[in-house]
Amino acid sequence: MDQYLEADVLIIGAGGAGMYGAISAAKAGATVILLDKSIVGRSGATIMAQMTVAVAIGEEEPDDWRFHLKDTITAGRGLVNEPLAQILCEDAPARIWEMDEWGVGWARSTAGGNRITQAHAPGHDRNRCVYVDFLSTGPASSRTLRNQVRKFDNIRRISDLTVTDIVVEDGVAKGAVALHLETGQSVTIAAKATIIATGGLTSMYNRNSASANMGGDGFALGLRAGAELIDMEFVQFFPIGHLAPRLIGMDPIMWDPFRYKLGGRLLNGEGEEFTQNYGAAEDGKYVVTRDMATYAIVKEVEAGRGSPHGGAWLSFEHIPEADLRDAFGPVIDRLAKVGIDLTKMAIEVYPIAHYHMGGLRVDDSLSTNVTNLFAAGEAVGGANGANRLSGNAITEAFVFGERAGCSAAAAAKENAMPDIHAAAQPCLEIITEAGSRDSDGPSPTAAIAELQKLLQQDVGPFRTDEGLTRAVAAISKMQAELPQMPTGGAIAFNQQLGDWFGLRNMLAVAETVATAALARTESRGAHQREDYPGLDEDWTYNQIIRVDDDGLKFSRGEVRLRP
Amino acid sequence: MSEQQSVKQTANLKVRRGGPEQPIRHETFDFPFEDGQSVLDALRWIRGNKDASLAVRYSCISANACKECVMRIDGKTGYACTTPLINGEMLIEPLPNKRLIRDLVTDTLPPDERL
Ligand SMILES: Cc1cc2nc3c(=O)[nH]c(=O)nc-3n(C[C@H](O)[C@H](O)[C@H](O)COP(=O)(O)OP(=O)(O)OC[C@H]3O[C@@H](n4cnc5c(N)ncnc54)[C@H](O)[C@@H]3O)c2cc1C
Ligand code: FES
Repeated sequence: MDQYLEADVLIIGAGGAGMYGAISAAKAGATVILLDKSIVGRSGATIMAQMTVAVAIGEEEPDDWRFHLKDTITAGRGLVNEPLAQILCEDAPARIWEMDEWGVGWARSTAGGNRITQAHAPGHDRNRCVYVDFLSTGPASSRTLRNQVRKFDNIRRISDLTVTDIVVEDGVAKGAVALHLETGQSVTIAAKATIIATGGLTSMYNRNSASANMGGDGFALGLRAGAELIDMEFVQFFPIGHLAPRLIGMDPIMWDPFRYKLGGRLLNGEGEEFTQNYGAAEDGKYVVTRDMATYAIVKEVEAGRGSPHGGAWLSFEHIPEADLRDAFGPVIDRLAKVGIDLTKMAIEVYPIAHYHMGGLRVDDSLSTNVTNLFAAGEAVGGANGANRLSGNAITEAFVFGERAGCSAAAAAKENAMPDIHAAAQPCLEIITEAGSRDSDGPSPTAAIAELQKLLQQDVGPFRTDEGLTRAVAAISKMQAELPQMPTGGAIAFNQQLGDWFGLRNMLAVAETVATAALARTESRGAHQREDYPGLDEDWTYNQIIRVDDDGLKFSRGEVRLRP
Repeated sequence: MSEQQSVKQTANLKVRRGGPEQPIRHETFDFPFEDGQSVLDALRWIRGNKDASLAVRYSCISANACKECVMRIDGKTGYACTTPLINGEMLIEPLPNKRLIRDLVTDTLPPDERL
């Protein structure tokens, strides 16, 4: 062991959920270590989100969390953990007002007093989504939370520290072991309570909206620690994600509001409308549902009629410039700056992995089944069931972060500082051993790219028995190769070693997603089986996964309904 | 609908390698690219296909949100992810005014966030 740290509460991952958790735990008097594998508050999904946050604050029109909950449950197609979703919807107004007090700058209307503006988004029964202009929701939220976190002397922030394992003994979490990439040192962190706030898994796919840090670490950390996962088969693909030309500094899901407001035409590589061939005619409005658009685009590309980069064209050329400008103001100029003139050219789109509904299984205090181990944010499974309502993910990061911080601080008050050293030993040895493999051979960096391609192809938006079986076999082959994979040895800032730990987690998580998807022989929400079209009522339950010495163990869980 | 015909071009990236105690050394990589591709796209391609040991910091890749990819490009400080590739030679170096860690990575963390 190279270095030892301790705190009442350890928070792994410093996105929206982790930072909110740190604030609430610190307010409750706990000492906190808030760490991130990249930079605190800068490296996850939160800072990248540019759209909206769903909350029933009724500024635009009367609203109530119960209506928000109803829409959330409808979107989740029978699998929503309703008590958890209730927490999401009921706590949301308090968090959004708190962020407002902290100066996040929610967009406000000048007419009609100083009301917060609430926009409409698909799946909501009314105008419910707050945002920060222009396309600044995530950056503003991250900045606000970073500023709050900095105010607490009892929060220690550490950037560039990757947790590789949670340390557990007799079903009790005692902290974690981490790799410091710059020096190759390992770090042992003892904690009375630990929160996994590592976000989602979408960088496992090669077409995604993700940063490099969204490889599903937290799911694998939890699984190895004995925690249960739920709903892992439900990965949300965003149908018209940006594909080409290269677009930097803009949210790859930005075309949705464009299409929603103005109507954009989807065209195949030959410049023809095609969605009607899949049972969904275009009429210039936003009529094609997300599921249908995804299906039509994937099938059209498979049939060899894709756009040059293997997607579909999305064209707004029929819309007068004045209307484009009216609806999107300065965004039009930002696009022009990167060479995209929507009045003269179409862009290419394709379904991209965007969010994970599944995750760690928690109770209403955000506690996993492992004592003193909590989860928050996108790492949590259940609240969104089989499909997530637009705008619920940031809300979930704030709400679950705050709750998990309180729960962890309360647990820490009951516990003494655990003695972690003996239990940490095997985890430390993995770091030492992995760091010493400087032989030649196929690198984990290249293997990640291979896995991403494989998952996109066979565990993507449309699944078949054949593809999933192939994926499970390929994953298991890669798992067998993992222990010998070279890592480049002892060099400073060894990203190849970081990639090895990333691949180790991705493979563990990919196995859960593919196996759960293979088992679920129906189509529901984000899980679409070509060989089992349509929802099957008999499948109205959650799949729960844990791991033991013989591998993954599946069980069926009754969906938790509200009393 | 207009076709965007992108001509294939090649960037020759001269990349500074090595750590603080080592003599200055550059390695050259040729990367065929399309219009709009960035220096970071090329550096990530090198990591994935040519030399996984190249040290270069990034996380958001396309969002220009994390600000981790800051470095010297043709003698000017900039973000690798927002700097377009050009046909021909490009000199890629770490920031000169920060402690060098290795290759293109320097210590850019806020002081109170270091281990
Ligand atoms: C481009 C994009 C746009 C989006 N737009 C919207 C939107 O408009 N509205 C909405 O509601 N949702 C949106 N989402 C989803 C939403 O942003 C996320 O679900 C939410 O921000 C997740 O917050 P989080 O704190 O759980 O995770 P993140 O913000 O992803 O933070 C997780 C952190 O954990 C760190 N980490 C991971 N593994 C480790 C490890 N092993 N050790 C240490 N640290 C680790 C990561 O570096 C990261 O900083 C969007 C997502 C993306 C990618
Ligand atoms: S990679 Fe994030 S700003 Fe360049």
